Amino acid sequence: MFTLKQLKPTRFGFGEGLKSLGEKHPNVVALGADITSSVSVNFFKEAFPDRFFSFGIAEQNIMGAAAGFALGGKIPFATTYAVFSALRATDQVRISICYNNLPVKIGGAHAGISVGPDGATHQALEDIAIMRTLPNMTVLSPCDATQTKRATIASVEQVNGPAYIRFGREAVPDFTTEDLPFEVGKGQLLKEGQDITIIATGHLVWEALQAAYRLEKQNIDVRVINIHTIKPIDEEIIIKAAQETGLIVTAEEHQIYGGLGSAVAEVLVKSNPVKVNMIGMNDQFGESGKPEELMQKYGLTSAHIAEKIIEINKQKR
Amino acid sequence: MPVINNIQELKKISLEIRKDVVRSLAEAGSGHLGGSLGLADIFTCLYFNILNHKPDNPDWKNRDRLILSIGHVAPVFYAALAHSGYFNPKELMTLRRLGSRLQGHPGKEHGLPGIELSAGSLGQGLSVAVGLALAGKMDKKSWNVFSIHGDGELQEGSIWEAVMSASHHQLNNLVALIDRNCVQIDGKNSDVMEIEPLKDKFQSFGWEVMACNGHDHKDIIATYQKAINRKKGPVVIIAKTHMGKGIKSIEDDYHWHGKPPKPEQVNAFIKELEQNQ
Repeated sequence: MFTLKQLKPTRFGFGEGLKSLGEKHPNVVALGADITSSVSVNFFKEAFPDRFFSFGIAEQNIMGAAAGFALGGKIPFATTYAVFSALRATDQVRISICYNNLPVKIGGAHAGISVGPDGATHQALEDIAIMRTLPNMTVLSPCDATQTKRATIASVEQVNGPAYIRFGREAVPDFTTEDLPFEVGKGQLLKEGQDITIIATGHLVWEALQAAYRLEKQNIDVRVINIHTIKPIDEEIIIKAAQETGLIVTAEEHQIYGGLGSAVAEVLVKSNPVKVNMIGMNDQFGESGKPEELMQKYGLTSAHIAEKIIEINKQKR
Repeated sequence: MPVINNIQELKKISLEIRKDVVRSLAEAGSGHLGGSLGLADIFTCLYFNILNHKPDNPDWKNRDRLILSIGHVAPVFYAALAHSGYFNPKELMTLRRLGSRLQGHPGKEHGLPGIELSAGSLGQGLSVAVGLALAGKMDKKSWNVFSIHGDGELQEGSIWEAVMSASHHQLNNLVALIDRNCVQIDGKNSDVMEIEPLKDKFQSFGWEVMACNGHDHKDIIATYQKAINRKKGPVVIIAKTHMGKGIKSIEDDYHWHGKPPKPEQVNAFIKELEQNQ
């Protein structure tokens, strides 16, 4: 059983991972988009000032320049808020980075509705959908700060081409341990279960686990899978879950169109069609509010996940 | 690669490049004739005089890097690569065909030697050139970055983000060239979207600005040499060119931006190119 170690923002995990990469790989460089501290790139900047390059508020240029650094033999990290790195500069990411298949690592910070009071303009809820359609791109969406550090390191050590790493702003439960293996493209079975499977990504994995633990008391045996790599997705673990539990619920802090839910459904329709219930943003923009208020309002908490499962489980019988 | 300084010889190469541009585009049945003819003299000077490169070893680590931002002039780029020895000029006739290494816009993954960057979506190449130049400076490399841009392309906002960053980072190993033919698909730049005063714009962004006649080999080479040997900051060469250069009936006519010659026009066009040399 996973237990809460502490509350910690996943962006700190990113910053730690980036710094550790800097120590090990002299060709790793970081590009700044004015919000260096906010997205934890300052961890790297302070340790390696000569390998940090400021580009100001110019996301299209930063992505193109990152491609140039990669052509010059570097492994550049271009990091800004996910709304900008995935959306403002999409064409640069598509052509200069992905079409050239260059080892540019893109940080998508402040992802999801839990950014909170800044409101809809700064809540990235479409980034997974966009990034995962780009050929050559690997899309990582780790579940807590410890795993975000692992994913950041893996984006260089396990991925040769471009990678997008999604993480959030707020302090969220940190519960995975350093010894939990992290393999890009491999889903993680975090809890066994035979009645129904929740497939989650990002910090909703913790909410899914809490929902599953709660439902044990009601004799519903829920399996929990963490998909930290949205692309390439682990088809095997998803198909096995569908075969063994018959029902799938997906949970993500992202639009239900094009995100994890869609990715899971794409796997299942071609090999093992079962009902897939998607929990996420229902084709809508977010708004201002405290992170926990927003998670409540938009139905992204463990209580909502548990409720959904009880409802689906009734239909099953 | 041996440097050719003889202007008559360079002119002959430009003629051969232009002839291949006409033939390959007619064979392809689509593509951009105007800009490709307009850049033939500049590409000749680059590949036969200015660039430090080894066609038989395209990945040579000390090579100068050429970033073609305007991928639509691929026909002149490919012809310059072929004639300088990267591949057999016969392959130029496969342009834009299914399975060809000569994609409509340069695409590295198809394996053509000599392509630094797959590109063609306007406004991106200068950003890539900036990153590449910074990487070169970081490692104290001797090579330079040469980027090629259209004048219409300067309407893209991302170009000006890149312009700002090149001077901020004092990139004295970057030479950008603007193909100043004054036309784009819809018509004259000044009718579609005015880009002047160009010199003032670049200067106010901290760039050194040079100008040359983009059809005068001696002037092109002298300007590039001056640009390479400066001490600080990025430099842009505004090269005055004529779209469709060498064929009077299409020169400066914006309708020829994205059109190939018809097969029945090829002989007349080639004859005219030979006469106008």
